[in-house]
Amino acid sequence: MHEMSVAEGVIQVLEEQAKTQVFTKVKTLWLEIGPLAMIESESLRFCFDAVCKSTLAEGARLEIIETEGQGWCLGCNQTVTIKERFDACSNCGSYQIQVTGGDELRIKELEVE
Amino acid sequence: MCTVCGCSEGEVTIENPVKNTAHSHDHDHHHSHSHHHDHGHSHGHHHNHDAEHAFSPSEAATGDLHYGKGPAHAHAPGLSQARMVQIEQDILGKNDRYAHVNRERFARQNLLALNLVSSPGSGKTTLLTETIKLLDSNNVAVIEGDQQTTNDADRIRETGAKAIQVNTGKGCHLDAHMVGHALDHLGNLEGGILFIENVGNLVCPAAFDLGEAHKVAILSVTEGEDKPLKYPDMFYASDLMILNKIDLLPYLDFDVAACIEYARRVNPNIEIIECSAKSKEGMAAWLNWLESKRTSAIQSRIDALKAQVNALESLL
Repeated sequence: MHEMSVAEGVIQVLEEQAKTQVFTKVKTLWLEIGPLAMIESESLRFCFDAVCKSTLAEGARLEIIETEGQGWCLGCNQTVTIKERFDACSNCGSYQIQVTGGDELRIKELEVE
Repeated sequence: MCTVCGCSEGEVTIENPVKNTAHSHDHDHHHSHSHHHDHGHSHGHHHNHDAEHAFSPSEAATGDLHYGKGPAHAHAPGLSQARMVQIEQDILGKNDRYAHVNRERFARQNLLALNLVSSPGSGKTTLLTETIKLLDSNNVAVIEGDQQTTNDADRIRETGAKAIQVNTGKGCHLDAHMVGHALDHLGNLEGGILFIENVGNLVCPAAFDLGEAHKVAILSVTEGEDKPLKYPDMFYASDLMILNKIDLLPYLDFDVAACIEYARRVNPNIEIIECSAKSKEGMAAWLNWLESKRTSAIQSRIDALKAQVNALESLL
């Protein structure tokens, strides 16, 4: 549900960047979104299309880079890949996993003019 | 226009406790607001610093300016063709900057701020009214988040504690900017406890830091033991889970042990208190938890200040 707030946040960041980096139009933006970032990519696309109307990002292409979820397993002392916060360790089956990556939600790169 | 709290749409309202009527957010925007914006901007500036280097000259610690660190490694006046800009900026960074300002304000007042999150109807407000009755109500304040009505703030005020209602309009969560506004209305709360009762929603509030010391998830036993697995982000973000309404357990098929196991699958470090705001069972454990967090926050502030004094004394 908060994808709309996030899409509005993206536009705000773009407007701030447009001032400091002197550009007037965003053609493409690359967002990095982890599986644990609480964001549905498709929902964000939908919201982004709605909020970018009449802004410097109108018509911009949205590229989503999906990262991997990672955690440190306390059971077998190693880094393992996870898809959800409640995933068991693929190696030892323990649920004692401290999430170490995969909650990214950031704008990585822009193509501007 | 304030784009963080959505008040450009005129939907967020923060109560005016003096008149005891809700007023339009837009209306008093210019006074109390400017301070926050200054904060936001100055922080924003620091945050954007790396990014700014890409097109404006980079400024080294020595004061040297470097025009060749832009994306093309050259300075080309009047360049207008498409170019790439690396920014690496967190989308929720703006909320996080407001949260940082709130956290500093809480620390200055030695205030323990807690963000209470749950689904609607888990018993947050009753838990709060019963908690306040057992604490010194002069030392407690509440920020109430709901889409509409001042019902919850009214219930808190009946206990004698200060309360401010924030109506989010169509919003599904409180953000750090709204909490900053509400704080302006609460006055000095030195050494006390601030409860921020978030909008009843097990999804969105997990993503928004308000500057609190801890998120506390409240789950009532009428909701089903698998909620931590269904809404893992919320239980992951919380440091304490309160299993509420346990007086109803004899009438339900709720599996307490399974619920606790699910919560720990999502968050191995989560603390758990079983309680009933109605029968008062478990309330002592909750009050002990509050007091231990309040005193440890003050203790860590004392330690930090002592370290600062020692550092200064060593200069004499």
